[in-house]
Amino acid sequence: MSSNQNSGFTSQTFNLAVDNIDTDQIYPARFLTTTKREGLGQYCFRDWRENPASNQFQSFKNMDCCRQKILVTGDNFGCGSSREHAVWSLLDAGFKAVISTRFGDIFYTNALNNGLLLIMVDPETLAFLLQQDKQSLNIDIKSRQIEIPGHGRREFPLDRFTSYCLINDINPLDYLLQHRDEIEVYEGAQQV
Amino acid sequence: MSQTLFDKIWHSHTVREEKPQAPAIVYIDLHLIHEVSSPQAFEKLDSLNLKVHRPDRCLATLDHAVPTLPTDASGQLNYVSREAEKQVEALRHNCRKFDITLHDWDSPQRGIVHVIGPELGATQPGLTVVCGDSHTSTHGAFGALAFGIGTTEVAHVLATQCLLQRKPRSMRIEVNGALNPYTSAKDVSLYIIGQIGVDGATGHVIEYCGSTIRSMDMESRMTLCNMSIECGAKAGMIAPDETTFKYLKGRPLVPEGEAWTTKLASWKQLYSDPDAHFDSSISINANRIKPTISWGTNPGMVIPVGANIPHDDSSGSLYKALNYMGLTAGKPLHGQIVDVVFIGSCTNARITDLRAAANLMRNKKVAVGTRVMIVPGSETIKKQAEDEGLDRVFIEAGAQWRNPGCSMCVAMNGDIAAPGEFVVSTSNRNFEGRQGPGARTLLASPLTAAICAITGVVTDPSAYMEGTHV
Repeated sequence: MSSNQNSGFTSQTFNLAVDNIDTDQIYPARFLTTTKREGLGQYCFRDWRENPASNQFQSFKNMDCCRQKILVTGDNFGCGSSREHAVWSLLDAGFKAVISTRFGDIFYTNALNNGLLLIMVDPETLAFLLQQDKQSLNIDIKSRQIEIPGHGRREFPLDRFTSYCLINDINPLDYLLQHRDEIEVYEGAQQV
Repeated sequence: MSQTLFDKIWHSHTVREEKPQAPAIVYIDLHLIHEVSSPQAFEKLDSLNLKVHRPDRCLATLDHAVPTLPTDASGQLNYVSREAEKQVEALRHNCRKFDITLHDWDSPQRGIVHVIGPELGATQPGLTVVCGDSHTSTHGAFGALAFGIGTTEVAHVLATQCLLQRKPRSMRIEVNGALNPYTSAKDVSLYIIGQIGVDGATGHVIEYCGSTIRSMDMESRMTLCNMSIECGAKAGMIAPDETTFKYLKGRPLVPEGEAWTTKLASWKQLYSDPDAHFDSSISINANRIKPTISWGTNPGMVIPVGANIPHDDSSGSLYKALNYMGLTAGKPLHGQIVDVVFIGSCTNARITDLRAAANLMRNKKVAVGTRVMIVPGSETIKKQAEDEGLDRVFIEAGAQWRNPGCSMCVAMNGDIAAPGEFVVSTSNRNFEGRQGPGARTLLASPLTAAICAITGVVTDPSAYMEGTHV
């Protein structure tokens, strides 16, 4: 991917106005027996999408996954289990970014390690976004800003290192491997 | 400068200091591995032609996807699917290939990853411990910095024995006073999560302290630290003390003789300095904590077992949760029919948990219509329980005595509840569908669960033990 494609995009929102969505909802445990990371979009929110009695069934029925690549959710998205399958399935289902007021710690790291952008906004901005589905937003990674029509620009926190890795398509593992000598020096000094 | 316990471990494991432009490189002493979160990480290593940097610092087991029923008449283990069996085979293959110790079916020490780490003495004070599992926080009970990671990070640790980390904030939770009768560490943890919420400690490492914590045995401390992730914490930890050292002495992977003396001296330095700074602090009076149970769809939705379900929907999530649970706002939970009781998981499947349940169930019968499943945390615990005759207590009561594994906690091995069923469970999560699609989980302590197994309905332990329940 060129750095241009990595630096931002414009897409429509898909709203799930539910607080504390845990990774068991995003990716139900019974599909965790896979040894693959590809093709997991079919399991994304499986029990909400396929159960007519679920509170979110109708939202998913009306979803256009080609146009709505920005998931907007209630507070504290991605709490619970560490399963990275949640991130792989969101990406495979077509999502490129998630907007919430905060995220579960492990989910946050998993998402950014896979290029799923997580955007933390203030409660008022989230409330504005949740008023209406299919709003067209521009997300710019370099300036760490989202442009919300009718609400203005909002800056979002993004670690400098993470942003550098995303824009330049750098794998954090390569960074760690570059410091292997230092790791071995540490091991020697600690006699571990 | 004054340091917290967390600061001390963080600094002694920093290979490269954190800078604005890059996170710290943190060294990992112990990497615990299981079949579910590792295959894609090993595949990553293969694709980059990398080796495992320190196989001697890895320890693997089978727990999540494995059946808890014994082999059938033809000697076969019945996995939930061929895919689950293949996942186990993949771990076996990877451990052989990369020279990692695996506690496979033939190991008398196999069990849930967060149970066997401490049991073997692999978990020790002052270590950094990670695992591709959020309940890795359990190991913090020993004064280790232990946290769950995703599969990409599992690959990082396999390849370099290090992780890239920004330093989390610190939170001190002090609990003082004697615990009320019939309450245990599980009730303490559910109470704390109820107080601070499921995101109350996000981005923080919790240190638990105070007289209540000091009086707890290691099993209780593990239960408490285990549940730290349920209020969003990155880790939970407790400074090691004589209780910790006594638990560890003589364990298979703990050094002996002079090496033990040296270790002990260094472990005794692992405490927060009296004036160390915490980013936030909470103080809790233990006598406010009653036997606690969850009523909703996250572990912060809790009440004392004898209390009514809340009716205040200020967060907007109460009715959604009650809709899923089939329960009514403002009404009591006690008296609710219980279809299944599950006693197990990395939260509450240790010998003390099983003893608490067995003492209650001895010479009693499980209620008609209630299925009860007891799943020990490891082969070691299973054997110990059988040596103590606990298995016979459970079986004679009409409960099922299973083989070790995660079982109904994550419900991915075929051990599930049916849609709509109520499960009183000693596990850690009551999320929608956690114990099977449509299943309704009520989180509770082993004692509360055992009482519910006998009565067949949600029962307040205080009322039951004092003979005032109806």
